[in-house]
Amino acid sequence: MKGFGVNLLGKLHLSSIQTKDLTTLGAAISILMGGLLVVILLSYTHRWKWLWREWLTTVDPKRLGVMYIIVAVLMLIRGGMDALMMRAQQATSVGSSHGVLSSSTFQQVFSAHGTIMIFFAAMGLMFGLFNLMIPLLIGTRDVAFPFLNATSFWLFCAGMVLVNMSLGIGEFSAAGWLAYPPLSELKYSPGVGVDYWIWSLQIAGIGSLMSGINFLVTILRKRCKGMTLMRMPMFVWSSLGASVLIIFAFPILTVTLFLLYLDRTLGMHFFTAGGGGNAMMYVNLIWAWGHPEVYILILPAFGVFSEVVATFSRKRLFGYRSMVWAIWAIVLLSFTVWLHHFFTMGAGADVNGFFGIMTMVIAVPTGVKVFNWLFTMYRGRIKFASPMLWFMGFIVLFTIGGVAGVVMAIPPADFQIHNSLFLVAHFHTMIVSGVLFGYFAGITYWFPKVFGFRLNEKLGKYAFYCWTIGFVLAFVPLYILGLMGATRRLDHYSSSLGWRPLFIVAGIGAVIIALGVVIQLIQLVYSILNRHEYRDVTGDPWNGRTLEWSVPSPAPSYNFAVLPEVRSRDPFWESKKAKVIHVPKKYIDVSMPKNTSSGIVIAVFALMFGFAAVWHIWILAAIGLLGLIIAIIYRLSDDNTEFILSAEKLARQDRVSDLAKEYVR
Amino acid sequence: MKKKTRFIIAVTIVLVLLGALILYLSKINIPVLEPKGPIALKERNLIYFALALSLVVVIPVFLLLGIFAWKYRESNTKAKYSPELDHNGATEALWWVIPGILIAILSVVAWNSSHTLDPYRAIASTTPKIKIQVIALDWKWLFIYPAQGIAAVNFFEIPINTPVEFELTSDAPMNSFWIPQLGGQIYAMPGMNTRLNLMATSLGRYNGWSANISGKDFSYMTFVADSVKHSTFNKWINMSKRSHYHLTSDSYATLSAPGTAKVHVYSKVLPGIFYATIDKYMSPNNTSAVVGSNYTPARANVSKGGMQ
Repeated sequence: MKGFGVNLLGKLHLSSIQTKDLTTLGAAISILMGGLLVVILLSYTHRWKWLWREWLTTVDPKRLGVMYIIVAVLMLIRGGMDALMMRAQQATSVGSSHGVLSSSTFQQVFSAHGTIMIFFAAMGLMFGLFNLMIPLLIGTRDVAFPFLNATSFWLFCAGMVLVNMSLGIGEFSAAGWLAYPPLSELKYSPGVGVDYWIWSLQIAGIGSLMSGINFLVTILRKRCKGMTLMRMPMFVWSSLGASVLIIFAFPILTVTLFLLYLDRTLGMHFFTAGGGGNAMMYVNLIWAWGHPEVYILILPAFGVFSEVVATFSRKRLFGYRSMVWAIWAIVLLSFTVWLHHFFTMGAGADVNGFFGIMTMVIAVPTGVKVFNWLFTMYRGRIKFASPMLWFMGFIVLFTIGGVAGVVMAIPPADFQIHNSLFLVAHFHTMIVSGVLFGYFAGITYWFPKVFGFRLNEKLGKYAFYCWTIGFVLAFVPLYILGLMGATRRLDHYSSSLGWRPLFIVAGIGAVIIALGVVIQLIQLVYSILNRHEYRDVTGDPWNGRTLEWSVPSPAPSYNFAVLPEVRSRDPFWESKKAKVIHVPKKYIDVSMPKNTSSGIVIAVFALMFGFAAVWHIWILAAIGLLGLIIAIIYRLSDDNTEFILSAEKLARQDRVSDLAKEYVR
Repeated sequence: MKKKTRFIIAVTIVLVLLGALILYLSKINIPVLEPKGPIALKERNLIYFALALSLVVVIPVFLLLGIFAWKYRESNTKAKYSPELDHNGATEALWWVIPGILIAILSVVAWNSSHTLDPYRAIASTTPKIKIQVIALDWKWLFIYPAQGIAAVNFFEIPINTPVEFELTSDAPMNSFWIPQLGGQIYAMPGMNTRLNLMATSLGRYNGWSANISGKDFSYMTFVADSVKHSTFNKWINMSKRSHYHLTSDSYATLSAPGTAKVHVYSKVLPGIFYATIDKYMSPNNTSAVVGSNYTPARANVSKGGMQ
């Protein structure tokens, strides 16, 4: 019989702490050192109180947005490190050499790469932009449910912490980013890696679902006077589409992950091989979430591009109505294509034929969007600022990736490409150029609105060139390798295949991309140091069109001193055109949500529960769950959650910023 | 002038790189594009067809992007500027309709080819087909010739110009069976039975891959398929029948234990072992293979899809 102490800690043991694998050990140590540095810095500058009051307890969507993006960028770097390790392994592990990583480390690395990039980098950037911009774009002060919004962010953080804890304590999943059973079942993955995967996604996923609901309600209910649906900026439309997708898709993920956990923990047989389970049901379910997820990420990026191309072409967005219809066509169709991720399952010609056709049909609304963007440039006055460069790079790469996608939509053609590096190259082309380039454009574009100063343009352009050139070098070889028979996730291959030169070129490409990231970080630091030079005093650095540019930069916590009223699309552009500068303003008292520590407290309990569920420490799990429930009840019974911002104060602050604008003019 | 030279240099570099790439591609071996059988050939042609049709959209996109970016650049004040131009019903209809037509064409192709190239569909030929049963194991492939009573690991031979029907399952995590030069993949899944019909029309040795991760040594789970003359094939079968390794419940248990394996052949294959491997997943206690010599396969679990 085991001792009481052992049971108390579940599967956790002193030996669970990572000491053997140098790569993960190094990563864990550098994360700890980084954390320690932040702690020292905060203590040295006496910033703890400031951090708690201004940031950790904030419900201001702009601050939450900034924190989302900080976390997402850190995760982008973590995922990027994983990518570099994969490239290093595949460039060296050939013939008699077995490369720099062991096969188990390599498998953990690619599983972590996919998981972190999708859930914590891309989703984080997306929710960051939602939070930063949606209230400003629809002319309101806040989201519909400010406290829920803060809780969503902290749950996202809890998931992120859990996924990274696996570096130091235990191990991460080695079953790929979607953890197909039966490989992810207890029989074949007995360690805690898959459980880390399940619970980090589960916690972050619930946060995402709540955010989806929040932004749906925000967009439908909080628009300012006069902003009819058909006057909404395209970013808002596409975010609305993404929110609807989140609401329909994420519950599928939650249920699927939970069933897998039941299999692993209670010996159930939903997805096991044998015992009445069916692994292919999991594959269907995970892609019924997974395919809409792709569109969840890319629709808001499409929205960013729509804003960027109109602003920098100084022209109204072409084909607004078409664009709206295209978004909703994509939303609907994205739920009808999931089977194209496994045509090779042997479902039969009718099923494959149907899903192949649906997959191609979704290319039509996407193509419509591309042509509308191009015709927004037509007869414009195009300024090639860095957001516009990201847009143009996107058009080129996305079109190439789209062609690869159309090829793969034909089921028998897919039989020759499925799970090869061609597929890997295809979805990276779509996600990097579509999603990442979009969010980079968005961050550069809206940065002055959030921080009050612009980013250095020259460095931004260098970063763009590194990303684009690096991308082509990194992924064109993968397309070729796929056609040469290279399947994904190989940690070793025979030297006679002639793959190595291509893997080396891909590795060089990855290094150039990494250089692009370094330049982006330098750009940020340099711009902060020179912020006085880049200060945006007018509130309208790009000659913008939409409401956010009508308020000072950085946007005040209440966004608008007086809520705007709009009469057209591009309301700020129209008001500039009509030379309406001084609008008589009638200030009134407004109630704003108070800061709250409930969000972070709930997330700490959720993290506790997640960690306990991974390691089967049932007492800690009970404490976590109980604490979570109590924290929610405590918060819900608090009636004193708002404060009044007086009309005089609003007027005073507003006049100061107006004077500043006047001074510049 | 300075800008123009920079532009010319950039274009030259791109063109040189493109040329180098094309030269390189013409020198290397690209199995998917160099089919050695009718299925792989048709699949490659589908890839080419879809690529060609896509150019109808790709070329205008690239041209328009280049032309608009150049012509309507901010510094070109001579170009027409229409800030209010925001829709045009006719042109918008154009890019709903033209891609729509292309996709309609592709849809017909996708539907028809899904049926004609259905992996379950037998290949028409005057030569009688041979049957190979494939079991994906941790981390090796077992190929059983039920009619000949032999089996091979990580290797198999097929006679040229003869349709081959593969039946596949897995006795390990799911995997995907792929011989690029003969034709595309199909999953091998535990407790399930899938089929794939392929044929080789030239002699040669073709690489086969595991296309779905199945654990630690999955990278080493490769195999080769030899397409040989009929006489060579018969010789190989007869030689294999004399192998000292017999595929029994015991040797199967040893083989299926996790680990890699070297190429070898078995004689005296236990009849029905393939279906027994599938059916054992139906019993609640699926850890041991219950294989009897007079085993009659219960076919309840054979996956239904496809043209049978």
